[in-house]
Amino acid sequence: MISSPFFISTLRFVLLILVQILIFNKLNFFGFINPLVYVLFIYWYPIKENRTTFLVISFLLGLCVDIFSDTLAINAAATVTIAYFRPVLMRFVFGVNYEFQSFKLNSSTKAQQFTFLALLIIIHHFTYFILEIFSFSNSLLILQKTLVIGLSTLILCLLFISLFSTKKE
Amino acid sequence: MQQIINFLIRYKTFLLYILLLLIAFVFTFQSHSYHQSKFLNSSNYFTGSIYQLSENINSYFELGKENETLLKENELLRYQLYNQNIYTAKQDTTKLNYSVTSARIVKNSFANQRNYITINKGKQDSIQQDMGVITDKGVLGIVENTSNGFSSVQSILNDKSRINAKIKNSNHFGSLIWDTKDYTSVQLTDIPRLAPLSIGDTIVTGAMSSIFPENIPIGTISKFDLDSSKSFYFIEVALFTDMTNVKNVYIITALNRKEILELEAETQSND
Repeated sequence: MISSPFFISTLRFVLLILVQILIFNKLNFFGFINPLVYVLFIYWYPIKENRTTFLVISFLLGLCVDIFSDTLAINAAATVTIAYFRPVLMRFVFGVNYEFQSFKLNSSTKAQQFTFLALLIIIHHFTYFILEIFSFSNSLLILQKTLVIGLSTLILCLLFISLFSTKKE
Repeated sequence: MQQIINFLIRYKTFLLYILLLLIAFVFTFQSHSYHQSKFLNSSNYFTGSIYQLSENINSYFELGKENETLLKENELLRYQLYNQNIYTAKQDTTKLNYSVTSARIVKNSFANQRNYITINKGKQDSIQQDMGVITDKGVLGIVENTSNGFSSVQSILNDKSRINAKIKNSNHFGSLIWDTKDYTSVQLTDIPRLAPLSIGDTIVTGAMSSIFPENIPIGTISKFDLDSSKSFYFIEVALFTDMTNVKNVYIITALNRKEILELEAETQSND
């Protein structure tokens, strides 16, 4: 039961929300950097699962983070966007390999994993800050926040991935 | 018909995506006008309890420092009390203007465009929307939503916040806004050009507000300049309250607020 994908996903869902709201929303590094590490859920979610459920779960994940951090439904919109574009990104990053039944994230190269994660984070943060700031006079601020906070999220996600990596070398 | 069904089946993920995105947009934009979302806020029972739990653990590590702050505040209040001669005077408790409730912050934020703070008092303690929230040093915000045990407060660090404020020595008033750039300062606008200003002047709440009592400190002028119309000042105000480190707050109930609002509504409808 411990190793069933459903159980692992549920555990990740709950833990990532708790880690996000209780630790990373209070980080305020340099006064404004709060990494959105819950994006990892989208990165880790099993590839061969039903896309409809995936979209709904991502939406719920974003909504839960929203309710806790009083951000209307901005996280929900950003998360559902990367959940929808995930297969497109995977085809772009991993090529045709991704179509095979046996494909696993761990079996791809480090560079591929890194690109995939970076793309997810960039799209997510860009949508998030467009919706948060929502006025084009501030387009520079959107880019600046996407870049700086995206970078901090990326670094933390990489740390988390290496921390919870199951691959033994 | 067959084609429509085929179309729906073929694009079902895309349609679901659009549907979910629309729901998110509706939640986001319906409340852009003035108020925070009624459903999606952290003052409900579930989120409140989780934040309360984490706050209970965190608060142990700061007990010493907090005692110090409260002691300092008591010292100040006692100093004011003994020097005012109302100490022995009898008070008519039927003619009070304000009542005060204390609360603790369970969730604070200051890094977003719209910051909301969650506190651990709610409807049970007769907290309602539009009550003022202050700290020992100055203004914090206004109550926006309440549940039974918790309320969420629109911080002054929120781009929708408009608080009536004035310059302490000259009584010129304007409204206090936040340009979302820096959490240590807010901006005071609509002060006419003829007002005498100097850097370091104290800004306090104005008498125009039915939410806050007059003369609650906000901050000091750190920089001022004429705005684009050249007839009003645009003033940077350095806040007294360190917004990153507040724990204990006071909620102010204006007991005559209802009467004031009714009177204003009546006057307007008579026009």
